[in-house]
Amino acid sequence: MSSTVLFDAPGPRARLRNNALTLVAVIALAAVAYFVYVKFDQKGQWQGKIWKPFTEATTWTEFIIPGLLGTLEAAGLGAVCALAFGAVFGLARLSDHRWIRIPAGTVVETFRAIPLLLLIFFLAYLAPSVLGSGDYTLPALVLGLTLYNGSVLAEVVRAGVLAVPRGQSEAAYAIGLRKGGVMRLVLLPQAVTAMMPAIVSQLVVLLKDTALGYIIAYVDLLNYGFKIIPAVFFGSLVPAAIVIGVIYIGLNMALSALATWLEKRSRRSRKTGAKPIAAPGVIGMGAGAGLPQ
Amino acid sequence: MDDLIEYAPDLAAGFLVNVKIALVCAVISLVLGTVLVSFRVSPTPVLRAAGTVYVNVVRNTPLTLVLAFSALGLSDTIGLTFSDEPSTNGFWLVVLGLSAYTATFVGEALRSGINTVPLGQAEAARAIGLTFLQSLRLIILPQAFRAVVAPLGSVMIAMIKNTTVALAAGYLADSAFVMKDTFDDTGVSIPIFIGLVLAFMAVTLPVGFFTGWLSRRLAVVR
Repeated sequence: MSSTVLFDAPGPRARLRNNALTLVAVIALAAVAYFVYVKFDQKGQWQGKIWKPFTEATTWTEFIIPGLLGTLEAAGLGAVCALAFGAVFGLARLSDHRWIRIPAGTVVETFRAIPLLLLIFFLAYLAPSVLGSGDYTLPALVLGLTLYNGSVLAEVVRAGVLAVPRGQSEAAYAIGLRKGGVMRLVLLPQAVTAMMPAIVSQLVVLLKDTALGYIIAYVDLLNYGFKIIPAVFFGSLVPAAIVIGVIYIGLNMALSALATWLEKRSRRSRKTGAKPIAAPGVIGMGAGAGLPQ
Repeated sequence: MDDLIEYAPDLAAGFLVNVKIALVCAVISLVLGTVLVSFRVSPTPVLRAAGTVYVNVVRNTPLTLVLAFSALGLSDTIGLTFSDEPSTNGFWLVVLGLSAYTATFVGEALRSGINTVPLGQAEAARAIGLTFLQSLRLIILPQAFRAVVAPLGSVMIAMIKNTTVALAAGYLADSAFVMKDTFDDTGVSIPIFIGLVLAFMAVTLPVGFFTGWLSRRLAVVR
């Protein structure tokens, strides 16, 4: 149902009411904007000198781009490992052997239920005591992201394979393919198309969760924005927060747009019998989203 | 195991903070999310646009940034304070950030619920002369809520787990902070980690089961 069904094509009275509502809404929004402006102004947040660093190329090359690279490095490594983890455990949960299926299910359900920050803290403190001293912020962050997002992706993979109509695997068995062949040649190629949107949505969650690295002092975009830039350019915290916020939002919206495009494409696709499966990222949120257990 | 027993009171106090944040946030984010979704389907283009912009901006911002900004930006720089007591102020800053963030997911879940309400319901509501707000309040939202009880449950579970990010807002009292603090003292302790994980599961699993049961019970037969 589209939102326009909720109200009729307005008659004279409704038009008047809508216009009045629009006026009230505009005034209320303007009041909020003005209030924010005045509050910022009182604290001197519009002064040119605290915004000036962001017009200089060196601020970008020395602080923002290295921070962005740190974020993208963690997100890239996390995405690759999480996809591998998700593929292995998702298929393991579909195994015919109970001794594979049950342990894999336990691992997936457990890591999905653990708050991600607790997991990352635990790994960051565990690594030095097991492996000797050193900087383990990136490995701890990547491993945490892998275990959590990989578990969610495992569910996506499982749902994707199960979404392929039964007739496909029955036909594949009927022409004499073995289990591996049925999965590799018939089920997976169709399932991947169906689960692409959900995978990309989960990667948005993963990208957002890299910001948790800030708490264990991993040097990412958020760390540059909230610790390093305000330390170098005194008073620039709010401008820095707004600039890095815009970068994060841009990245995530680009990825979300890709997910939407993929979903439209796979809905049109005739190459797969499977309907696109629901994206956990649509409802799911950062730092520990989970489907109902 | 000794570590867990020795530090149990501290950890329990920390975990209670998580539960408190979660309870307050659940109420505020459900209310705020309902308001947001009524903006997003309203006949006023300005409100629709405002709702869409808010959801897209806040949903695509990392929660860590939202919480760090509410403490360092809003509170320390702009001067927004809820209380002179630093711990009370920190608590409400976390609630503000986490509710603002969670409300967008509540709103999106409800919007997908509105999409499940059949066209005829809205048309009938209009036909008997209900205004937009009346049809939303009496016809559409009650059915939309029933359809998304389970997704709202997952949003709430995620929100409960997200309360651990509270220390990004400089509110150093929740269980994640207590665990870190204890690890700084004693070194890493596997029993403490497992104990906390079980405590979180003891809250999130019942929420999942309850909302699952509720969604089956309230499902609208069509």
